[in-house]
Amino acid sequence: MKLTLNIWRQAGPQAKGKFERFSMDDFHPDMSVPEMLDHLNRNIMKKGGDPIAFESDCREGICGQCGFVLNGEAHGPGKRVSTCQTHLRSFKDGEELYLEPFRAGAFPIKKDLMIDRSALDRIISEGGFVSVNTGPAAEANSILVGHQDAEDAFDAAACIGCGACIAACPNASASLFTAAKISHLALVPQGQVERHQRVLSMTQQMDLEGFGACSLIGACEAACPQGIALEHIASMNREYRKAWWQKG
Amino acid sequence: MNLNARIPEGPLREKWNRYKAEAKLINPSNRAKHKIIVVGTGLAGSSAAASLAELGFELEVFTFHDSPRRAHSVAAQGGVNAAKDYKNDGDSVWRMFHDTLKGGDFRAREANVYRLAECSASLIDQAVAQGVPFAREYGGHLSNRSFGGVQVSRTFYARGQTGQQLLLGAYQALMRQKGLKNLKLHSRHEMQELLLSEGRATGIIARNLDTGELSAHHADAVILATGGYGKIYYLSTLAMNCNASAIFRAYKQGAGFAAPSWTQFHPTSLPQMGSHQSKLTLMSESLRNDGRIWVPKQKDDQRKAADIPESERDYYLERRYPSYGNLAPRDIASRAALERIEAGYGVGPLKNAVYLDFSAALEKQGAELIAQRYGNLFEMYQKITGINAYQEAMLIAPAAHFSMGGLWVDYGLMSNLEGLFVLGEANFSDHGANRLGANSLLQACVDGYFIAPHSVMDFLARAGRVPITEERQAKAEVQIAKNAAQMEKLLAIKGQTTADEFHQELGHILYRKCGLKREKSLLLEAIEDLQKLKERFYNDLLVPGDQKGINFELEKAGRVADYLDLGILIAKDALQREESCGAHFRVEHQSGEGEAKRNDAEFQFVSVWAHQADGGAKLHKEALHFEEIKTSERSYK
Ligand SMILES: Cc1cc2nc3c(=O)[nH]c(=O)nc-3n(C[C@H](O)[C@H](O)[C@H](O)COP(=O)(O)OP(=O)(O)OC[C@H]3O[C@@H](n4cnc5c(N)ncnc54)[C@H](O)[C@@H]3O)c2cc1C
Repeated sequence: MKLTLNIWRQAGPQAKGKFERFSMDDFHPDMSVPEMLDHLNRNIMKKGGDPIAFESDCREGICGQCGFVLNGEAHGPGKRVSTCQTHLRSFKDGEELYLEPFRAGAFPIKKDLMIDRSALDRIISEGGFVSVNTGPAAEANSILVGHQDAEDAFDAAACIGCGACIAACPNASASLFTAAKISHLALVPQGQVERHQRVLSMTQQMDLEGFGACSLIGACEAACPQGIALEHIASMNREYRKAWWQKG
Repeated sequence: MNLNARIPEGPLREKWNRYKAEAKLINPSNRAKHKIIVVGTGLAGSSAAASLAELGFELEVFTFHDSPRRAHSVAAQGGVNAAKDYKNDGDSVWRMFHDTLKGGDFRAREANVYRLAECSASLIDQAVAQGVPFAREYGGHLSNRSFGGVQVSRTFYARGQTGQQLLLGAYQALMRQKGLKNLKLHSRHEMQELLLSEGRATGIIARNLDTGELSAHHADAVILATGGYGKIYYLSTLAMNCNASAIFRAYKQGAGFAAPSWTQFHPTSLPQMGSHQSKLTLMSESLRNDGRIWVPKQKDDQRKAADIPESERDYYLERRYPSYGNLAPRDIASRAALERIEAGYGVGPLKNAVYLDFSAALEKQGAELIAQRYGNLFEMYQKITGINAYQEAMLIAPAAHFSMGGLWVDYGLMSNLEGLFVLGEANFSDHGANRLGANSLLQACVDGYFIAPHSVMDFLARAGRVPITEERQAKAEVQIAKNAAQMEKLLAIKGQTTADEFHQELGHILYRKCGLKREKSLLLEAIEDLQKLKERFYNDLLVPGDQKGINFELEKAGRVADYLDLGILIAKDALQREESCGAHFRVEHQSGEGEAKRNDAEFQFVSVWAHQADGGAKLHKEALHFEEIKTSERSYK
């Protein structure tokens, strides 16, 4: 099938970027978007050009490594898919596509479609864990967790850390990412002791990284490949208020 | 090559406790003076790094990923085994030990396997303490399911994303230590080579993948937890960037490579659909709990699966292995599928698949229950293939999946190079010639959380620190220059074939000539083909750009260069082993019914290869002794 691709090219974080246009007519509808880029890159390289820098690893939607904005939508048109799970069969033969990196002030562009998402790691470092060292832990079944609580905690914990929620948000807010971890740990008994400190530290780091404020638009939920729900942000805000009052 | 496994004396049940009791300790206030490098942040690397940092050692951690959370452990779906016996179905440490050893076709070390089973229950406790959201029963207790090769339910799971949830637990522990400034994390850094001082591993050379800069990092011990190399087959269930380079370069620097050819082919991957494909996606083995595997009895049957009546279906696993049926171990299920496909009964557009059919389960248990158990797997299947598995039978096929082989390690997980520890899928240790499903998340975790903290401390207490001298630094600079020159060599070829294209060809050769079935004549051919491919690689490789800055093609080229040499080693290893055991099936060695025929008299050993100066490899053997159990023919009939 034929596609015309407009792809963001940018040599480095400080360089000026622009779209470059490529047309090829031997794409296969079953190719995933990264496979499409592999194919294109091969072509570019054989003509002596510089291949497009993009990241992608597991190619099954779980590592969170891939991701760019495809025709204006983070991870492309499909619902609950990451870029690598978007196949060319979801486009029309002859269609024109636009590929850009996830954009946010806190996600500097490294090269072409590649961005720096280390801000997300730093948010986790500020409390996205249970402070338990390795060693003899309590017998697992001595801590009961209700079936539904476990399911809800899982839904929040399923976040793959891709950053699509941030790219989709007009304010470039990292609230859904941060809230997902806060909810996961607030829903299980192990997370209770540090519950208040966690929400205060993680949200503070979120602000320090330069992510925007949340105005509950919901574009994040729509873009999330794991379908993480907006309500987690509401829970995070409740958690925050409780923690803030308690701190006094 | 010194292959002393250093297994503690005493009865099997007491060995690990004895090891821990006799291990030397370092005073807490002295630990920070000892520096440990960890390469890899999958389950094995993250858990080891976090645990050692908690103890107070100085840690430097490396991953080529942009975040530790992307390691391929994240993709494990099905679950993690532990002998908790929560189901009251007769499970025990002993039974798990026995299942694992038998599953591996009696080609693993008894003491290691016993320890794996022994530590399994603690791993579940540890993960639960971290808040890992495992599946729960309505009463709040942990839930279990069954995996292939066993008759009990000992698999713990978090929907179809168990690896992700366990990894996030370990990653969070790691990030906590980073936040506490107890360790230094270098993401987007790839280890190039080891630094050695008088035969002891004392650091690494790393390449910053964003800037291209090479740097030396000195330490008192080095841990490699760099994952599996099944991606050598190109089409595999591994991630695009999985590679063997860290362990292969260690091998070239003197570490023994054990059983390189023991690769597991997973029976329930999605089949290849076309030539553009870059990887195969796994459908979790847990699907075999309720899905039934079959092919039509008639060759070239053009009907849709649903239109083929029951009497015209061949449920070949249930037919050949009535007591395990669809839950026969992976090697057996994969070979049985290949047998049907090669005999002309394959289904799907390329006739390279078999059916995994849920219609009976859907009818009996209802779509809701099936969705609860496998919903996300069905969803994933639909995302990739566009097919709704609630209505149509799934198409599945065997795919390269897991490397039982890896660097040789002793009981404390140290290689023959002093100070070099190898954890997780990168080592060869516990799975013998075939890994049981859900045992390797466990192994990666047990290696990192529970073994390395004891054995690395013991080593450091005995061997002491290695002072950083000017001589060491100068030597490292020379090594860096050599490393850069090797990359320059790849850049200078300026041919017409990309690294990926070479990789694809390499995979094709290995699948056909050293895959699920192996045969002397084909293995000899494989070696010849690979040597020719290697020659072409060094004459016609195309790598654009230079060493500065981001250059994915240069990274790939380095990995494929190592894969080409490893491919030859794999074929040699398969050729040498004149028996069938586990995943290693030599056509010449089978029973009348097509089952694997082991040869204990001559091959009850682990092959360990030593790199030779002329590029060749020399075979060493670690004999396996079974004291507590009697080896038997591995039957699942
Ligand atoms: C699709 C799939 C499903 C699976 N499902 C299951 C399951 O259900 N149950 C089960 O028990 N097992 C399963 N397995 C197997 C299991 O997931 C792996 O064996 C295990 O997770 C390996 O963990 P690891 O820590 O050894 O390696 P990995 O998680 O692969 O981590 C390797 C790390 O090393 C780093 N690295 C590699 N080379 C370098 C280098 N040169 N320099 C710097 N860093 C480097 C990488 O960046 C990464 O951080 C599955 C495997 C696959 C592929």
